[in-house]
Amino acid sequence: MSNPENYTLQTNNLSIGYFHKSGNHVVAKDLNFSLKSGELVALVGSNGIGKSTLLRTLCKVQKSIAGDILLNGESLQNYSFESLAETLSVVLTEVPASKNMTVGELVALGRQPYTNWLGTLTQNDITHIMEALRATEMTSFKDRKCYELSDGQLQRALIARALAQDTPIIILDEPTTHLDIYHRASILKLLKTLSKNKTILFSTHEIDLAIQLSDKMVVMTPEKTFFGDPCELIEEGCFSALFPKNLIDFDGETGSFRIVK
Amino acid sequence: MEKTTTYTKHFFALSVLLVVVFFGNISLGSVSIPLKEVAKALFYLDTEKASWAFIIQDYRLPKALTAIMVGAGLSVCGLLMQTLFRNPLAGPFVLGISSGASLGVALLIMGASGLGGVFAALLLSKWSLVIASSLGSMLVLLAVLAVTVRVKDTMAILIIGLMFGSVTAAVVGVLAYFSPAEQLQQYIFWSFGSLGNNSWEGMLVLSICFLIGIVLSILTIKPLNALLLGENYAKSQGLHIAKSRLLILIATCILAGAITAFAGPIAFIGLAVPHITRQVFTAANHKILIPAVLLSGAVLMLVCDSIAQVPFTDYTLPINAITSLVGAPVVIWLLVRKRKLLF
Repeated sequence: MSNPENYTLQTNNLSIGYFHKSGNHVVAKDLNFSLKSGELVALVGSNGIGKSTLLRTLCKVQKSIAGDILLNGESLQNYSFESLAETLSVVLTEVPASKNMTVGELVALGRQPYTNWLGTLTQNDITHIMEALRATEMTSFKDRKCYELSDGQLQRALIARALAQDTPIIILDEPTTHLDIYHRASILKLLKTLSKNKTILFSTHEIDLAIQLSDKMVVMTPEKTFFGDPCELIEEGCFSALFPKNLIDFDGETGSFRIVK
Repeated sequence: MEKTTTYTKHFFALSVLLVVVFFGNISLGSVSIPLKEVAKALFYLDTEKASWAFIIQDYRLPKALTAIMVGAGLSVCGLLMQTLFRNPLAGPFVLGISSGASLGVALLIMGASGLGGVFAALLLSKWSLVIASSLGSMLVLLAVLAVTVRVKDTMAILIIGLMFGSVTAAVVGVLAYFSPAEQLQQYIFWSFGSLGNNSWEGMLVLSICFLIGIVLSILTIKPLNALLLGENYAKSQGLHIAKSRLLILIATCILAGAITAFAGPIAFIGLAVPHITRQVFTAANHKILIPAVLLSGAVLMLVCDSIAQVPFTDYTLPINAITSLVGAPVVIWLLVRKRKLLF
């Protein structure tokens, strides 16, 4: 497959949705975007528009209805779960099933795709784990149990786990929910820093913060899905199409939403 | 991260404790035998009285070894189930394994009364009990495994296992209702559990099943650790969920099925031991927890058995009652103190 511009994550006329015997339920169609390494990309859209469905499809949790997904120029279908684990890591909305782990143990689990049958950590694994803890400023929490952490710290620990997995692509599903404005901003700043040599795609409801920080945005509206530079998208008026106009409207000057009085 | 080194002391202490409890268990019993003679008998040297050697070698030693395998095996099952079902209340019997074994034994004991005479006596040998309970637990487990192939949700599997358990318990109830008192008594004695009736031949079968079960459990260490994150995260790290789940269930089935067949349904050990162990070994890593749980389970079972045989008297209490009497307060105490059971 030709990949002239080194896109790490690409979709071609992708349709997502659910398979039913009585006809497939298409959630969104004609999704086209191409993400490069070094880009922080925000995925925005109203509730129920299909953000999570899209992320699940990109992670190979569910099948696409039509179109292609290319990772590093290779079709997602050709990836085994093992090789996908070395290409793409995730941060989900769910918390770990067991909170009895220490942050160190949690982050160390991110090395599983590389460890032997018993999960023994090599010196190389430990270097990656320490680096992930350092990058997320979680080093001092290494021996803390997960149930002792605040929501913001737990989110950082989960991001550290994804970092330790050492993949060129990281996908995050609403990493800023349940956090206050300060911690939302700090998580997004962290993602911005981390995206220097990775492709990071995250879904969010923080549209104004996303406009300020992200390099590219995928905007899902009921009619159509837009992809591009945040400023260009504002000029095109995409954000006004996000929600019904009778209640809130997008102010292009300030890059934020206003309640219609 | 890797805290294996810091637990060396714990493992050493636990191993010493196991050896002490093992010798304590063997030296205590209805017949009082001097410690020196116990040691002699264990090393197959001549003892003062020939009967002492017989008691130690053919009764107490197999019983103590059975206790070790039962305690260790059930505790590992409990740990596996708690991680797989993300539920601190899961134990080896949540999947209906003991109910299946009960059904097999109930059908044999109470069904045989219908045949009458010599044939019934032939059916009720010790081995037929073992075979019946193994078949019973196997049947329920195969049903659960068949369901697992179709049902993807782990919680649904847990509930289905409980339902299978209820159905088999109901069938046992109906059988019991129509059975003569003698057969009913025999069934109830089986359900009390027993470690003492095991011959050396029986030990061989139990040991083989135990070893296979433990080896399979060791193979599941990495998947179990991944499952601590939840199934979606585990999958994103390249884990084949269905395959791992099957492996964990097979390990549990072999261990719990064989143990129940030989020792009867032993309550609470599988549920309580992982929680007690986690008080001392605070790691979540199964590479540490599995050996820790093996040792603690063996120690606790030996202690329970020593209590059950009521030293220096002729009484032997049902082991199942003792494990519940020891296990239930421990779980209650943990809940009251911590207010939350973590797994």
